[in-house]
Amino acid sequence: MLLNQFLLLGAVLFCIGVYGVLARKNGVLVLMSIELILNSVNINLVAFGMMGGDAAAITGQVFALFVITVAAAEVGVGLAIVLLIYRNRTTVDLDEVDLMKG
Amino acid sequence: MIAQNIAFGILAASSVLAAIRMVTTKNVVHAALYLVVVLGSVAANYILLAAEFVAVVQLLVYIGAIVVLFLFGVMLTRAKLGHEGELDNDQRGLAAVTALLILGILGYVLVDYFGDDKLPQLNRTHEQLNATRGTGAVGNAIFSTYLIPFEVVSVLLLAALVGAIVLARRD
Amino acid sequence: MSDFLQAYLTVAVFGGTAGLLIAGVLGLGRLIRPSRPNPDKLTTYESGVDPVGSGFSQSQVRYYIFALLFVLFDVEAVFIFPWAVGLETYSYFGLVEMGIFVFILVLGLVYAWRKGVLRWV
Repeated sequence: MLLNQFLLLGAVLFCIGVYGVLARKNGVLVLMSIELILNSVNINLVAFGMMGGDAAAITGQVFALFVITVAAAEVGVGLAIVLLIYRNRTTVDLDEVDLMKG
Repeated sequence: MIAQNIAFGILAASSVLAAIRMVTTKNVVHAALYLVVVLGSVAANYILLAAEFVAVVQLLVYIGAIVVLFLFGVMLTRAKLGHEGELDNDQRGLAAVTALLILGILGYVLVDYFGDDKLPQLNRTHEQLNATRGTGAVGNAIFSTYLIPFEVVSVLLLAALVGAIVLARRD
Repeated sequence: MSDFLQAYLTVAVFGGTAGLLIAGVLGLGRLIRPSRPNPDKLTTYESGVDPVGSGFSQSQVRYYIFALLFVLFDVEAVFIFPWAVGLETYSYFGLVEMGIFVFILVLGLVYAWRKGVLRWV
């Protein structure tokens, strides 16, 4: 197998995630797209780890584990913020959350 | 060798198609279910890369827990089940151009730099692979080299828990 | 590598079989069942009064906190598995490290408990 096939898969998932973040206005869907981006990063970490020896492979795996952990924490707080926005504005439409706009 | 490439092709196609459907579907719950397909395919990709433990963690944490959290989020924000009016904003075209531009640059750079670099063949038995890259080896790394990050993770999780409770609690 | 992946070939075959079985049974059912659409079949109660209002009810935020607690302790379990595999190698050092890890997370649980979000009112 080529290294590039995994890296390109990661790149495609990353770009789909970027599209989702930019084009969606539902807060929950934006968070889901961010998960896509984090997953593409994990594919890259594990694939690059395979290129070295055993130590590099383990390093890649441990980094991926930490990224998954951070993703769990990020989703927890992010969805809490979305719930708070929903409670205060009764909408999760991110286009309407523009109090900071001058 | 060929079987691996066929497996990769199926997984890549299913994950990319599901990801595209996820960012274009008109139903929030369907988007969460398409996310499950993407995450499952990525877990299978970790198996192809001989990262068994990461694959299991992906299933356990992402599909088992984070997707549940997303479904709770969908439920609590009263996204109507069935077809909802508008989930996309009006910068869809611009977003697509941006994503394709990034994809073009990334693709060019990756193909230009890594070209035909092959992943090394692991001609070992399952036991040898388990000893060198299995759960035990990951544990050895976590409890020696990455001890400090491991402890910091607990502080991060504590901060996330306290933050989410403060935000979500109704006072 | 091939030995490792061959072990997972079983998983793939099982998954494929399960998918084919479900698709086959549902497809067969679709093929041989009669199709007589009738608007009465789509109503909530075939006999009785028509339901009033929307059937969709919103749950409370409390559910979310419980789901979040589940996610965080799921992540904790992820780090306990590799520790358990090498329990004897890490000895007391590992025990102390895992003790600190679990203690810090239990602080979060205690916070949730003190704030009363664990109570089901």
